[in-house]
Amino acid sequence: MKDYLEFEKPLRELEERIEKLAGSGSVKPAVEEEIRKLKARLAQTEVELYSTLTPWQRTQLARHPQRPGVLDYLNAFCRDFVELHGDRTFGDDQAVLGGFARFNNQSIMIIGHMKGKTLKERMQRNFGMPNPEGYRKALRLMRLAEKFNRPVVTFIDTPGAYPGVGAEERGQAEAIARNLLVMSRLAVPIVSIVTGEGGSGGALALGVADRVLMLEHSVYSVISPEGCAAILWSDPAKVQDAARALKMTAGDLRGLGVIDDVIPEPAGGAHRDVRMTAERVAKSLAGHLSQLGELSLQDLLAQRDRKYRSMGVFSEPPASA
Amino acid sequence: MAWFKKNESADSEDSRKRPKAAEGLWLKCNHCREIIYRKEVDRNNKVCPKCDYHFPISVQERVALLVDLGSFKEWEADLAPQDPLEFSDSRSYRERLTSQQDKTGRKDAMVIGEGAINGRRIALSVFDFGFMGGSMGSVVGEKICRAVDRSLAARIPLVLVTTSGGARMQEGILSLMQMAKTSAAVARMGEAKVPFIALLADPTFGGVTASVAMLGDVIISEPKALIGFAGPRVIEQTIKQQLPEGFQRAEFLLEHGMIDAIVERKHLKETLSTLLSHM
Repeated sequence: MKDYLEFEKPLRELEERIEKLAGSGSVKPAVEEEIRKLKARLAQTEVELYSTLTPWQRTQLARHPQRPGVLDYLNAFCRDFVELHGDRTFGDDQAVLGGFARFNNQSIMIIGHMKGKTLKERMQRNFGMPNPEGYRKALRLMRLAEKFNRPVVTFIDTPGAYPGVGAEERGQAEAIARNLLVMSRLAVPIVSIVTGEGGSGGALALGVADRVLMLEHSVYSVISPEGCAAILWSDPAKVQDAARALKMTAGDLRGLGVIDDVIPEPAGGAHRDVRMTAERVAKSLAGHLSQLGELSLQDLLAQRDRKYRSMGVFSEPPASA
Repeated sequence: MAWFKKNESADSEDSRKRPKAAEGLWLKCNHCREIIYRKEVDRNNKVCPKCDYHFPISVQERVALLVDLGSFKEWEADLAPQDPLEFSDSRSYRERLTSQQDKTGRKDAMVIGEGAINGRRIALSVFDFGFMGGSMGSVVGEKICRAVDRSLAARIPLVLVTTSGGARMQEGILSLMQMAKTSAAVARMGEAKVPFIALLADPTFGGVTASVAMLGDVIISEPKALIGFAGPRVIEQTIKQQLPEGFQRAEFLLEHGMIDAIVERKHLKETLSTLLSHM
């Protein structure tokens, strides 16, 4: 059973017609011909629809309930995964998954947000919104990776850090800030992949990296379009405008120099062909890890330092001295 | 052309939560709602004599409060914002910037410089809440990094004073990246073992709390300052419950182990001076 988004309605109709004809069991050449035609139209419609997505439609696609996440990628291209739990201080946050895994015969540390797919899973994973202990678990695993000289690979997909009373009591801000500080100097390569929704500081807390990659239809922003519309437009209905103004698509971020690579998605989005998406992610990841693996530690850290130092756009008068 | 712009009321969403610099002899405390004599408040470092509420103070007042008279020299005042996203909501970002620059006489929401605390040289970095709610965009981030560069070069402590609503939405993802950029700068201070003190004033929220503000070697706050990650309204909407009394006040953070000390405004300079003598 597929989930369709509002703007995917034309696809739904075509797919239902194809299914109906195919389900009829008829082997008449006319029926087969009709199916062939419908499939061609479906492919054409998909190409048209997905090449002209608005930023808000992309946001919806990035939040698609069937969208693959860290566990799907892990299962697709890693072996020997050992999940590691807990922050050793307070608890084990189910909104963050982490552990050692083997990728192309190399041991790596995988850390990622977990949104869950079914309602039950989503509740268990707090809809992918970590509490401080989630970030502290991630931090502990990054330190562990550093100790054994294993690259860190993070998968980002979160609406944001959880805004709750307990989260504030246990230092949500401190947990995020600490990760930013430690990741900026961690002595192993870090690659981050935004696979779905990059929700503000809650995403960045797993996303300070030597290479940041984004799937074509993922989004990454300082605030959600809903939040931005409510604050700056004083009208929550202005999400379309806010999504456009925030320049939050993979293409926008590439243009702003914030990310290093965009990974193309299959027609219809990552959830339409998880295997193909995973193959592309694996290929890109392997390339970046091998490039980073060739750098000396000194060069790696110097590059990371320069990269973040150069973020931002401002003007200054030419030095008079 | 410019004469009517100055008359335009400044961005209402930035100023509405702050007390207006009302003109009269009397003023109403934001916290205890008592009517108090303005001059008494002014004499008292802008602290309510009835309830000890610390009113927000300007960057100039903050500098005067913390460093020796006449010792402050500003750095990099010419760093100016751009509009990389060509952002526009009900007003364009460029218009907002111009009106805020006219209002404050500053290019953006951050002042950096050097001064002395009882003769000891320090670098100082102060958010200006009066400029777009002290929000952190590219200029704020870059200036914090330059303050770090200079304090490292001279090996003098950096004192950062925060009052901010968080990251600046109008610079989108680039504002978010300032959190990583400034945190990386603080990491360099740590490696060089140069002291970094964060002084959190009312209010400090969002991306500023979740980066530089919580990374001080020592974190000090003024009494009753509101400090948090998520804004109270967002939390209330999420949990659909009333927030506990005193939630996100400095005293709440102290109780939960998030800050080192709460220091009244009149003791701040002496406390910093003594503290830095140990570092």
